[in-house]
Amino acid sequence: MAARDEILAKLRAAAAPAVELPDLSRFAPVTYPDLRERFAKSVIEVGGRCVFVAGSLQDELAKIPEFANARRSVSLVPGVEGNVDLTAVSDPHELNDIDFCVVPAEFGVAENGACWITDHGRANRAVCFLTQHLAIVVRDLVHNLHQAYERIQMPGRGFAMFLSGPSKTADIEQALVIGAHGARSCTVLVTS
Amino acid sequence: MTAGHPRRALQLVQNPERLHWHDQAVWFVRQKRDIARSFVPEWEELRSLASQIKAHALSRLPDYLEQFESRAKAAGAVVHWARDADEHNRIVLSLLRERGVTRLVKSKSMLTEECKLNEHLEAHGIEVVDTDLGERIVQFRREPPSHIVMPAIHLKKEEIGALFHDELGTPEGLSDPKALAEAARVHMREKFLAAQAGLTGVNFAIASTGGVVVCTNEGNADLGTSLPPLHIACMGVEKIVPSPRELAVFLRLLARSATGQPITTYTSHFHGPKPGGEMHIVIVDHGRSRILARPEFRASLKCIRCAACMNTCPVYRRSGGHSYGVTVPGPIGSVLARQRDLPPMPRKSFRAQWRDRGRAR
Amino acid sequence: MEVALFIPCYVDQLYPQVGMATATLLERLGVKVHFPEAQTCCGQPMANSGFFDDARPLAARMLRVFEPYQVVVCPSGSCTSMVRNHFPELLPGAPRLPVYELVEFLHDVLKAPLRGRFPFRVGLHQSCHGLRELRLGSGSERLVPAFSKTADLLAGIEGLQLVELSRSDECCGFGGTFAVTEEAVSCAMGRDRIADHERAGAEVIAGGDVSCLMHLEGLLRRDGKRLRTMHVAELLAEATA
Repeated sequence: MAARDEILAKLRAAAAPAVELPDLSRFAPVTYPDLRERFAKSVIEVGGRCVFVAGSLQDELAKIPEFANARRSVSLVPGVEGNVDLTAVSDPHELNDIDFCVVPAEFGVAENGACWITDHGRANRAVCFLTQHLAIVVRDLVHNLHQAYERIQMPGRGFAMFLSGPSKTADIEQALVIGAHGARSCTVLVTS
Repeated sequence: MTAGHPRRALQLVQNPERLHWHDQAVWFVRQKRDIARSFVPEWEELRSLASQIKAHALSRLPDYLEQFESRAKAAGAVVHWARDADEHNRIVLSLLRERGVTRLVKSKSMLTEECKLNEHLEAHGIEVVDTDLGERIVQFRREPPSHIVMPAIHLKKEEIGALFHDELGTPEGLSDPKALAEAARVHMREKFLAAQAGLTGVNFAIASTGGVVVCTNEGNADLGTSLPPLHIACMGVEKIVPSPRELAVFLRLLARSATGQPITTYTSHFHGPKPGGEMHIVIVDHGRSRILARPEFRASLKCIRCAACMNTCPVYRRSGGHSYGVTVPGPIGSVLARQRDLPPMPRKSFRAQWRDRGRAR
Repeated sequence: MEVALFIPCYVDQLYPQVGMATATLLERLGVKVHFPEAQTCCGQPMANSGFFDDARPLAARMLRVFEPYQVVVCPSGSCTSMVRNHFPELLPGAPRLPVYELVEFLHDVLKAPLRGRFPFRVGLHQSCHGLRELRLGSGSERLVPAFSKTADLLAGIEGLQLVELSRSDECCGFGGTFAVTEEAVSCAMGRDRIADHERAGAEVIAGGDVSCLMHLEGLLRRDGKRLRTMHVAELLAEATA
């Protein structure tokens, strides 16, 4: 018998008694009186920076030293200028020297500062991980992950992620180090 | 507890300074978890929901696995099935060989530890680089992880400094965690850029969409899968959740329980390969169907590997992960090991069997 | 009210004073106390080691011996839990024994306000079985409103000051047969527990399980420490004398 059928047959024979899937619609998770305030707090807690954008995005970005000093930058946000055109890059390895990347998020989650970022099938999602510094532009916020998944339309095919702050590790004696493999800083720009 | 544990525990117990350092380091993580969950008033309800969802998924495991397989295929992934560790290792090796891969980067996967995949691949001439910092440290030392979330929690920064001096050429005496992590970043960037394939574990597999979710803080799973063309994801059969909405329950629990973070930095959802690439998912049994068949052990398949049981366990904290002598140490490991890594215990004592015989006569 | 005492075998043999204190305390509170002498071990050591078939006849015997009584009281969390939580697994369908752990009985059933005097700083050792299987307290790992039935009882005792421990409910390392098979880790845990009580300035370690206290007492004696251990029954009997 093929491995697949043998494993499935064994699992069927193991026959754990039927258990109902709990009804999550009756579950009332925590919500916050001030969504924006809670989101900003969470972003800071996970090691990020949070900026509420009143004027132009480009002006806010210019205030970030890592953006201002970036030699090579990528922007996936309309209206924000980068100097590397991602569509012209055929091999993601060429993106290793990107200093700054600006990406749009579909929404942010107040309870944990995470932003839902999809790649819309773009070939070069590697830029989000290779870049030295990252900025995320987001407008909509939800309270918690339950609301988040209610909202998400999972792509039939493709990549998507919750990203919460900069890359980090505490693998050496529990000491928190920001900038493990991925972005060394993460600024979340909340537009209205 | 596993056989030989008392003897192996002596290494830590007989060194009171190190014993208290280890106890305190791990207890610190338990405290971070306590603080994190205090911001979630519905915490206990969340835990109970998670347990019910897992019980449900286990009760319909074959159906969900079939659904997962068909959706994953529709998303463009290739699905493989492995009865045991050997079959799993053979599948991974042949995927790599067929494509001429000699350099593989891995993100954390306790399943591949369980299957001893690294040894198998290395024996066949493939360079395997564990890219989680803690995993890389223990890989340099040629020892298994001592904790499933913090693989190098048993080591002091001075020891890691000396190791990096030998392996990476960092200055002698350098033990600042930030500087050591930076050295590892530079070293690992080269490995990521040179890799021909990336292998990840799977935290959750979504039956309704055929996607897999991988959680890391460092971003290593994402670098490892977005650069090379081949992504291999290895999962135990028990990783199934019915649909994305249940993910919310588990993701709210996982990182808070594990490290006291509200969520891992990267929570990546893979549905099929990247454009122009390949994705292969290896679904592994390796004793899990046997655990499922035993009602008294079935609940151990609900484990999401958060390691909170290790952090709270006064025995683990005072004996160290290596003392258990099995892949997953600590409380949950002691339950799993009974089923997998060790010969079964006698079901009945002599006395009980003698009594049964008397009754039968 | 009338109760039957269930005195665990190791209390009977090694700490008879705890049994006597339990009886004295209950009688002082107006309870008529019986002691069915035919009682033996409840089977916990066998059951904890996985030998359910060896534990079963002892469980059956316990049920027979205590069958005539409406209320059974036991000065041990782990033995109470064995009877309440694990007998039904050993003997499915058998009648339940109406057993209460002593603190639970005083706190939940008798609800008698305890008045007395005990002018010492006391560290409370919350034994695992009492905490996690009988819920005598909240348990620091759970996100529920904090409570401790033992601390509630001690609150009425004048002069008694509960010290604050850095780890409010860490295991002492006894764990029944664990102390035998894992001597080194068990002793390390016990010594850490003692050190926590010492740092907090405790003069007495009080708890509801003699087994934990026996482990700590042994370590205290070997290490020549002055800190002493007392079962809650002993403490309350002395305080209310």
